[in-house]
Amino acid sequence: MAELNTGDGGGKKGGKVRSKKQNSKVDLTAMVDLAFLLITFFMLTTTLSKPQSMSLGLPDKDPKDDSVDMKVDENRTMTVMMGADDKLVFYMGLLNNPIAGPKDLPYGREGIRAELIKRKKEVLAYSTAKGKPDQGMIVIIKPSKKSNYKNVIDILDEMAISNIPTYTIVNDFSPEETKLLEGKQE
Amino acid sequence: MAKIKINKNPGSTDMTAMCDVAFLLLTFFVMTSTAKIPEALPVDTPSSTVQTKLPETDLATLTIGEGKVFFDLKGREVRMRTLELMGEKYNLEFSEQDKTTFSRMDDFGVPIANLKQIIDMKASDRSKAGQPGIPADSLDNQLKEWVYNARIANNEFNNEKGSKQELQIAIKGDAKEQYPMIRKVMDMLQDQKINSFSLVTGLRGKDF
Repeated sequence: MAELNTGDGGGKKGGKVRSKKQNSKVDLTAMVDLAFLLITFFMLTTTLSKPQSMSLGLPDKDPKDDSVDMKVDENRTMTVMMGADDKLVFYMGLLNNPIAGPKDLPYGREGIRAELIKRKKEVLAYSTAKGKPDQGMIVIIKPSKKSNYKNVIDILDEMAISNIPTYTIVNDFSPEETKLLEGKQE
Repeated sequence: MAKIKINKNPGSTDMTAMCDVAFLLLTFFVMTSTAKIPEALPVDTPSSTVQTKLPETDLATLTIGEGKVFFDLKGREVRMRTLELMGEKYNLEFSEQDKTTFSRMDDFGVPIANLKQIIDMKASDRSKAGQPGIPADSLDNQLKEWVYNARIANNEFNNEKGSKQELQIAIKGDAKEQYPMIRKVMDMLQDQKINSFSLVTGLRGKDF
């Protein structure tokens, strides 16, 4: 102890005392930098880790209610079928007598979305002409056994983007539809 | 003629207060953030532009990937009650210790008979255990029982609090999962008259 503190001994009043005063103030800049860096990290990670979700409502599938068949205007229905390897086929109206299609479309902005928005406008014009402008387009989504989950989400997302209020997922395929989905495959 | 002395060394700012605030905020974020635990079944969720957040409570998550289904439930009391109900259903005894451990666990995917082994494992070993998924066949549909009992437990718990909130179901599927597997789970939910559920998705850019 005594040896270490020799400089502070009463004898000298020179620079050493002053230097001791300066040391009493710690430079906090680096510490603050680090603290803010960590704050930024935790802020970003906490807000981003919350998962997003889309809600999906499916029609009631009670076997008792099967007898009640809803009559839907075929001019307003669009059927979208998903096959293997991101294949997508759509048609308007009934398959025997389609208004448009059946045609292959790619996913995304140029493909299915452009078609959906175009068809939506046409249906709206049709409904308005009939005096029922509140009846929009109905989209029937038919994911085949070979489609994957991403295809389903992509199509549901397109529905949300194009603001289509009525859509449903149907799992029944008629033989013609299966043929259409598989026959055209290259 | 006195020269103006330019102080070359500007007095250092007092950083103490700033440092205090910074560390206060840091402590807050460290406390509130939940550490990301490695999932027992890692899935790559497809992305969408929809930005609805998942609820924090009253939620059961069904994770689907590689043809397996895993189950996760929020809320410790609800989890304990669900395990009790499942034990009664399958005639299995779970001790208080098991229930407490189970309530702190994350998602799992084992047949109920092997659940005790998973509970007894260390948390770090659970994700490596290679869990085979919860049986969801028509012969032995344990997944259905899990969802059903979780709903009962959740309702019991919420009725005590006077709330009428039903258990929400979220499906967290892998982007590459084949649709029939997803459909099987959806059908199972619809058989229980759950016609509306959430699909967990990742975030996609606005200009997609």
